[in-house]
Amino acid sequence: MSLLLIQAATWIAQLALAIAMFLCTFRMIRGPRAQDRVLALDALYVCAMLQLVAFGIRSGTTIYFETALIIAMLGFVSTVALAKFLMRGEVIE
Amino acid sequence: MTDNLVAIPLWVAILASLFLLIGAGLSLIGAIGIARMGRFYDRLHAPTLITSWGTGGMVMGSMIIFAAAGSRVPFHEILLGIFVVVTTPVTLMMLGRAAVYRDRAEGNPDVPHAVEEPE
Repeated sequence: MSLLLIQAATWIAQLALAIAMFLCTFRMIRGPRAQDRVLALDALYVCAMLQLVAFGIRSGTTIYFETALIIAMLGFVSTVALAKFLMRGEVIE
Repeated sequence: MTDNLVAIPLWVAILASLFLLIGAGLSLIGAIGIARMGRFYDRLHAPTLITSWGTGGMVMGSMIIFAAAGSRVPFHEILLGIFVVVTTPVTLMMLGRAAVYRDRAEGNPDVPHAVEEPE
């Protein structure tokens, strides 16, 4: 019973996160200016990380959580670099 | 994993499922905000819903499940929650500063005006 409940909850959560990723992709393609695209890319990174957490719950192995940590770190660094680029025109001065 | 999941009590499963659904639902609401809101400065508020309660709910549900199943110590989730909560204000702050700088340099009319320094 509890197995069925948790599996159903992770399926619904993954579906909701997939729709969220689709909406972020829509804004990233549509977005009128560069900062909108960077913002949508940041949200897309976080949604992909949550998707991996849900997948890790479903499969029960540790490696998906390590992947989620790496994705979170890469998302932070890339968004900071892109914001710096939008501000100054170059990343490392 | 599935062998361990059968053994956990039902109320723990209900609690964890509730946290998972809250997290995923609030992430969906934040993404709808990103897609629907009109200006960039409005849109800047929407991803905070994903990174605060969205991440918090998912991480909390995962921690409850793995702590009840006893298959591993939920150390990754704690790290993940701390990392996302610490880094999101930094990225959004830098992005907002960059957008304000760009809009002021181009002379756009709908920029938030500068805060006046008190005497």
